[in-house]
Amino acid sequence: MRHIISILLENEAGALSRVCGLFSARGYNIESLTVAPTEDPSLSRMTIVTTGSDAIIEQITKQLNKLIEVVKVVDLSEAPHIERELMLVKVRAVGKDREEMKRIADIFRGRIIDVTETAYVIELTGNGSKLDAFIEATDRSLILETVRTGVSGIGRGDRILKV
Amino acid sequence: MQLTGAEIVIRCLQEENVDYVFGYPGGSVLYIYDELFKQDKIKHVLVRHEQAAVHAADAYSRSSNKMGVCMVTSGPGVTNAVTGIATAYMDSIPMVVLTGQVPTHYIGEDAFQECDTVGITRPCVKHNFLVKDVRDLAVTLKKAFYLAKTGRPGPVLVDIPKDITTHKCAFEYPKSIEMRSYNPVVKGHPGQIKKAVQLILDAKRPLIYAGGGVILSNSSSGLIKLAHLLGFPVTNTLMGLGGYPSTDGQFLGMLGMHGTYEANMAMQTADLIVAVGARFDDRVIGNQVHFASVPRKIIHIDIDPSSISKRVKVEVPIVGDVGEVLEELCKQLSAHKDKPEPKALAAWWKDIDAWRSKKSLKYKQGKEIIMPQYVVEKLYEITGGDAFITSDVGQHQMWAAQYYKFDKPRRWINSGGLGTMGVGLPYAMGVKLANPKATVACITGEGSIQMNIQELSTAKQFRLPIKIINLNNRYLGMVRQWQEMFHGNRYAESYVDALPDFVKLAEAYGHVGMKIERPADVEPALREAFTKHKNDLVFMDFMTDQTANVYPMVAAGKGLSEMILAEDL
Repeated sequence: MRHIISILLENEAGALSRVCGLFSARGYNIESLTVAPTEDPSLSRMTIVTTGSDAIIEQITKQLNKLIEVVKVVDLSEAPHIERELMLVKVRAVGKDREEMKRIADIFRGRIIDVTETAYVIELTGNGSKLDAFIEATDRSLILETVRTGVSGIGRGDRILKV
Repeated sequence: MQLTGAEIVIRCLQEENVDYVFGYPGGSVLYIYDELFKQDKIKHVLVRHEQAAVHAADAYSRSSNKMGVCMVTSGPGVTNAVTGIATAYMDSIPMVVLTGQVPTHYIGEDAFQECDTVGITRPCVKHNFLVKDVRDLAVTLKKAFYLAKTGRPGPVLVDIPKDITTHKCAFEYPKSIEMRSYNPVVKGHPGQIKKAVQLILDAKRPLIYAGGGVILSNSSSGLIKLAHLLGFPVTNTLMGLGGYPSTDGQFLGMLGMHGTYEANMAMQTADLIVAVGARFDDRVIGNQVHFASVPRKIIHIDIDPSSISKRVKVEVPIVGDVGEVLEELCKQLSAHKDKPEPKALAAWWKDIDAWRSKKSLKYKQGKEIIMPQYVVEKLYEITGGDAFITSDVGQHQMWAAQYYKFDKPRRWINSGGLGTMGVGLPYAMGVKLANPKATVACITGEGSIQMNIQELSTAKQFRLPIKIINLNNRYLGMVRQWQEMFHGNRYAESYVDALPDFVKLAEAYGHVGMKIERPADVEPALREAFTKHKNDLVFMDFMTDQTANVYPMVAAGKGLSEMILAEDL
């Protein structure tokens, strides 16, 4: 099962490697990992997408909580939540492809944020499957480069992860 | 007043009432050693290899409940220390490790004796710090001591760059520490304890399974109280030995790979296991699937939530300090109107007595060759069961655990989790310094002892009258045992050729050496060592049976009740 784990941790040097080290040392999967400071600069928020049985996810949360710099851990996928990922795609845009790429970007509610005579950079946000669908819908030979941020997530409604 | 970083380190150690620092000087810790030199409150024990400094500090902590502290220099000092740190980490031993580091402006430039200490040790410490500003030094050290001894204990490392030890700032040692990210649960959840009480009252075939957590939380008395209140049988893990008196009638002995028949059968067939500060590790329960195939209920008391439901499914987890939880359990059970059903309990004890009658630890001592078990039994008799025993790792360790009946906690000092050969002698040094009046013996083998043999020199310098019981079978015995049982008698590299003359070796270091070759000489030699040579380090080289194996044995991958017994062979 796929799980999205949100972590609040002290914004200190080495905290990230403690989390990564834990996952590699204990053989847990990391599908994606994003991290950045929060509105309180002393704290970072990390979102990890991982897979595993219920027992493994339980261990992951416990082991994360055991790290001294980890303040809070929540499995977002336990309850209603929103997940978003940002993707930047550079595509070839010449001749008839120029119009076609614009059209596909519009369909996926992407924005063209850089234009040259031969290429666009398209910005897309959504959950992972939407970004995958965009790639599927695009002629592969037109894709020059892609970069994805990995998933960020937040609980819906009153679910709040805060110190 | 402004103090240098080096002065601050020493002041902090004094504030923490540290008596001993085990260590080895080097370039990056010179200023700290200079400050150590200028005072006489903290004594320094100069080892001969950094690994031994960590082991000695570790055993100092294990045997006394006082904080073990060690100090090594950067680079190779640290990498040599890693085995010691990992050993302490696996057994959850509170310890503070101070390491020198190259000056901050050299970090990352591959400087002389530089290594990424925080990176290298990260997976084998409870936590570690790199101090980048002298103003953080005191609070970091306070945190290190606090983290090491609270919650599930463990080694904490503080890496101090050389320039920080010369920088100055005002010194103030914090009285207490609060960390928003670290609040270990101490008191057990009342609802969970209530559930546990019900399970205990309903049990027909109960077993108390207690581990090292009982010793670390100083709750041996709570365990005894609970066991006596209920009349339940008790088994200890290797790390838990001494947490429950081995001579008590309710004690079934150690369980696990080399546990007694009765302990393993009881563990496998109990309908309720009360796990106290133990973690169901692979050497304890054998094959996980086989163990899980029997229906039973488990109450698991542990300070570390991640130890619970890690390897077995648990009905009632109770997170908290073992001592606090045991006390609360006893209180509620005493107040309860119901008691566990006496008839069921009597039937259960009848089963246990039948298993006991197998006498799974019996062995034959002939007239010609010394059996290793016999040496341990004689050692037990001669020391009145009251010695502190350290061991190395291998067959001798298992025989020590099986035949020396520990009645008190903190008397049995060995590397259970990591299984580190070479700990025995440095462990004995740490134990002796923490317990100067106690009798200290190190049960070892000719393989393990050579892994830190250089510490005979430290023991001489600090006049530590340790008794080394070397069970010398000229083989890496446990390796040989496995090769005999599972590798068709192909003894690949397990025969130890070209052994030194240990008697001469001991004498070369200024100690007393004895070689004992006949069963009849075992007892007199031990008596002589513990009386005539009471104040000497005595290296007793016992020539033991080369074919002796440790039984019972649960082979790797087998179920706990699928034991190989000596009588089966």
